Amino acid sequence: MSNSKKIIAGIWDSEAGLIEAAKKAKAQGFDKLEAISPYPLHGIDEILEIPRSFIPYITFVMGLLGCAVGTWFTWYVAAYDWPLNIGGKPMWSLAAFIPVIFELTILFAALSSVGAMIVLNGLPKNNPPIIHPDLTSHLFALFVPEDDKNFNAEKIESLFKELGAQEVKHSEF
Amino acid sequence: MIKRAPLILGNKSLKDITDDICEMVETPPNGKFLALLGVSKLLFLFYIFIMGAIVWYGMGLMGVNSPVGWGTDIVTFVFWIGIGHAGTLISAVLFLFRQKWRTSIARTAEAMTVFAVMTAGLFPLLHTGRPWISYWLFPYPNQRGPLWVNFRSPLLWDVFAVSTYATVSIVFWYIGLVPDLATVRDRAKNKIRKAVYGALSLGWRGTARHWNHYEMVYMLLAGLATPLVLSVHSIVSFDFAVANLPGWHTTIFPPYFVAGAIFSGFGMVVTLMVIIREAVPKFKDYITMDHMENMNKIILTTGMLVGYAYGSEFFIAWYSGSKYEVFAFTNRAFGPYWWAYWTMVTCNVVIPQVFWFKAVRRSIPAMFVVSIFVNIGMWFERFVITVTSLHRDFLPSSWGMFHFTFYDLGAIFGSFGMFFTFFLIYTRVLPAISIAEVKPVLHVGYEEDDHE
Repeated sequence: MSNSKKIIAGIWDSEAGLIEAAKKAKAQGFDKLEAISPYPLHGIDEILEIPRSFIPYITFVMGLLGCAVGTWFTWYVAAYDWPLNIGGKPMWSLAAFIPVIFELTILFAALSSVGAMIVLNGLPKNNPPIIHPDLTSHLFALFVPEDDKNFNAEKIESLFKELGAQEVKHSEF
Repeated sequence: MIKRAPLILGNKSLKDITDDICEMVETPPNGKFLALLGVSKLLFLFYIFIMGAIVWYGMGLMGVNSPVGWGTDIVTFVFWIGIGHAGTLISAVLFLFRQKWRTSIARTAEAMTVFAVMTAGLFPLLHTGRPWISYWLFPYPNQRGPLWVNFRSPLLWDVFAVSTYATVSIVFWYIGLVPDLATVRDRAKNKIRKAVYGALSLGWRGTARHWNHYEMVYMLLAGLATPLVLSVHSIVSFDFAVANLPGWHTTIFPPYFVAGAIFSGFGMVVTLMVIIREAVPKFKDYITMDHMENMNKIILTTGMLVGYAYGSEFFIAWYSGSKYEVFAFTNRAFGPYWWAYWTMVTCNVVIPQVFWFKAVRRSIPAMFVVSIFVNIGMWFERFVITVTSLHRDFLPSSWGMFHFTFYDLGAIFGSFGMFFTFFLIYTRVLPAISIAEVKPVLHVGYEEDDHE
């Protein structure tokens, strides 16, 4: 991959080991320190100073948009573009349109949240470099990319070893 | 202090979990599985033949006629949609309630939802009689005016509800699968496998920043799927409740249908889980007897909820003082379709009462039999609602009966072939238990003093 960065990664075999190492490594002042784990780790966001995901705002706005589109569309179809008298009911029968408006609200909110997650996480990626195949199974990793302000290959290597990494690798991400 | 029972038995390590769950995907199937798949596919082929015949020769092959204009297709549609609801309940509602036991069964329950909705979706299309123009159900700009759909019709609400439900369920299921597909990709030994699962996993690598957004989206989807699932069966019930027909025109229908849907869905989840546990003995450590017991408790609860709804309907029919209502319900229980009504009551209200006994709740053969009865009973519930209300309306001269034909029965039984074919293939190509979700609950019941 052309856009992948060189990194130095340390690999741990337990969640507790990784959390402990992440705390100490972060204290060294890396600004792009990143962790990889087979499942979401409790407390890692605070340690790595990852802000709370802002996707809920996207969900909310897109939900409102779905609601607005549904309201407009049912009005346009039933009351404006081709009004038909059906059972003597008002052309603009809002109560009867609520189910459709509701479903569109959910649909817009759900699909845009997923879309936002995919875009924000830089997915989909074809054949991305894998640091270690067991990182999606039972190993945990910390890595520092080369564009980190404190990047120093030798220092990071010795730091990771000191913190108990079972393996230190030069790899790409 | 009362100890929590472990959610995962057998003191497993993280690697054990990955190995156990991936084994189904990575080893060739045995003879038993192939035999089961063969039977399902045969039934599926038979179903395709039945549907082909109905599309080719027309709806005359089925039993619907005046006065019973809604028959097998609508009954079986509601039956399958209802089954889907338990999957969303497990994957979304129990997630919001932080019920950690859901993790082992959520994936398969969600898969059941997706396949049940797919199976259900064909029935209304078949029922239209001209499925090749079923795109007319959607409002799209056309050269007839444009002539739009009628948004005042509950049948159109259903189009929107079911298609939104299908879309969101598939997306929710797929997003849950992404980290596990990456696990399968990283374990893959051959190139094709790596490429296929690599593409499906979207290149997932599980960094902390990825998990941060991922967990948020998963929670949002759960929060969106919860009102969605309640709305879908409410809207399905509007198909009936908005009509002015005695027996259909009741305000109790939305909650009654939702309770029934969860009831029938859990019946199907128990059926499937028993089969999976028998087929893959290793999964007994993940889908434990405690899981099965929890689900049986929900079956008992929702069974009594629908029992209450049956009683309430009769009370309101009498209390309303409307003679048409009273007639519709007396006719339902004691008219020519008494056998369908009492089959429904026996299967849905009486038989699940055996779950009051712990020994029965924890007996695999007993729960399998009960879950089959629940499935049968819930099919009959929809039959009773649809057919007994239609067959004798206000004018005695237009009364009639519904007559099953070979094609009706073929469509009912054949649809199980479609469902089980998809389901069996799913258990072999996708991880049937969520690997990434099971790992964080590994410690539950083992480290008692480590409470968060």
